[in-house]
Amino acid sequence: MMIRKLLIANRGEIAVRIIRAARELGIATVQVYSKADKDSLAVRLADESIEIGPPQASKSYLNQATILAAAKTTGADAIHPGYGFLAENAEFAAAVEAAGLIFVGPTAQSIRLMGDKVAAREAAAAAGVPTVPGSRGRLESADAAFALVEKTGFPVMIKAAAGGGGRGIRIARSAEEFHHLMPQAQAEALAAFGDGGLYVEKLIEGARHIEVQILGDGRDVIHCFERECSLQRRRQKVWEEAPSPSLTPAGRDKLCSSAVALAKAVDYRGAGTLEYLYDDRSHEFYFLEMNTRIQVEHPVTEMITGIDLVCEMIRIAGGEPLRIRQDQVRVRGHSIEVRINAEDPAKGFFPSPGTISALSVPNGEGVRFDSMLYEGYTVPPFYDSLLGKLIVHDDDRRSAIRRLERALAELRVEGLATTKPLHQALARDPDVQAARFHTAWLEPWLETHAASLGTAAPSPTTKVAQ
Amino acid sequence: MATQQIFSPLPGIFYRKPAPDKPDYKSDGDTIMENDTIGLIEVMKSFNEVKAGAAGKILRFLAENEEAVMAGQPIAEIDV
Repeated sequence: MMIRKLLIANRGEIAVRIIRAARELGIATVQVYSKADKDSLAVRLADESIEIGPPQASKSYLNQATILAAAKTTGADAIHPGYGFLAENAEFAAAVEAAGLIFVGPTAQSIRLMGDKVAAREAAAAAGVPTVPGSRGRLESADAAFALVEKTGFPVMIKAAAGGGGRGIRIARSAEEFHHLMPQAQAEALAAFGDGGLYVEKLIEGARHIEVQILGDGRDVIHCFERECSLQRRRQKVWEEAPSPSLTPAGRDKLCSSAVALAKAVDYRGAGTLEYLYDDRSHEFYFLEMNTRIQVEHPVTEMITGIDLVCEMIRIAGGEPLRIRQDQVRVRGHSIEVRINAEDPAKGFFPSPGTISALSVPNGEGVRFDSMLYEGYTVPPFYDSLLGKLIVHDDDRRSAIRRLERALAELRVEGLATTKPLHQALARDPDVQAARFHTAWLEPWLETHAASLGTAAPSPTTKVAQ
Repeated sequence: MATQQIFSPLPGIFYRKPAPDKPDYKSDGDTIMENDTIGLIEVMKSFNEVKAGAAGKILRFLAENEEAVMAGQPIAEIDV
């Protein structure tokens, strides 16, 4: 192992997760923190910690120069970016390597390629991976776009080439709507991203979100099967599971092989995820994008395969070849993760920062709780609302849901509101129990099940950032 | 005329403008109505408008753009 001291350029539960992995590998840890995170669990657990600025992420966790200086000051030889913040910033990955340090992740070139949606689609098509019918590249004119949608048919999505996280997406259901929305989308993309480039793709309605976890060492690539993350609110995943309850064995083989083919085609290094839409009526799947980082929901894959993905990505970054052959990766049982967020489902998911006055963490067979919480901890208002993830594993999906209900009943977080009641209601729902859902299923469900969550109308002054 | 303060209803980051490239909602000396928005508080990535809460005239802002604020912290002083 070339890495002796790892700096964690992140915060919250994922920082804790990385510290644990590093410690098991015998690697010393340095936790960077903003002024608001001085008392965080990650700071308490790490071997060393160093302040990098004020609470605002733009002035701390996104400040590349300060983070690189912190690595130099502490003598760290590698940086793990976690997810979010600088994890998929090609410029940062390049700067880390230019400073003579190891970036725990893929090359800057891979990040750049997969970060450009049009280039990623082209790479997928070249590797024989199906993509959603639509433009092969960016469209600069409305006429070119219209000629294309006459072939794909409606409804179509108009997306900003430089957008992300659901931003800059419009849906046109007819030619008339298309002519109305296209100029708007162009103007908005230019204003929001400084790039008016658009692309258009067919909207696959009622599709599921299925993603394949891969590990590569720059030469070889293996997959660690798939996760299904169809339960989403405002395009944020709330409940994830592995394996997907909706794939056939043959469909699973085809999907996972396609992910390996694409990752191999780009000589991928590290942990990555290829996201797909899956239409369970036609059994067709379509590549959406590749995330070049560890993901929030990685534990469900760890639970069913027994592979410690965070350890493996650190080993690969340290120069080791893949230690696991494809035929050694097997699925055992079923795993579900639910996100415990500091949001009040009874008040339109209004954020709920505050101090943890009491905490009881569930445990027992097949239960894991990855979190940043401890009793007396004050959750700061400056970052995302993820407090932790409750992960369960059992022999099959039905028993995993029962175990989830048992573990949720044991979980007690007092002092602020959490999304625990949402997950309890979901676990009881017959459609969830039968895995009858798709990516647009949860939002209408939330409206009709407001009573079971005690949901009041959201405050009229509330707007959620896109 | 009496001086009164507008308090932040939430903890988070205070913004004086709706977007980085837009002008401030209000400036020192502006006349305001009760329902006017004087800023935004970002809490856990959601943006919430701060209303004046009373009609009058803004004497001065006590919190700067992009400042971290606590719930109940005074962010502006107004003459009502």
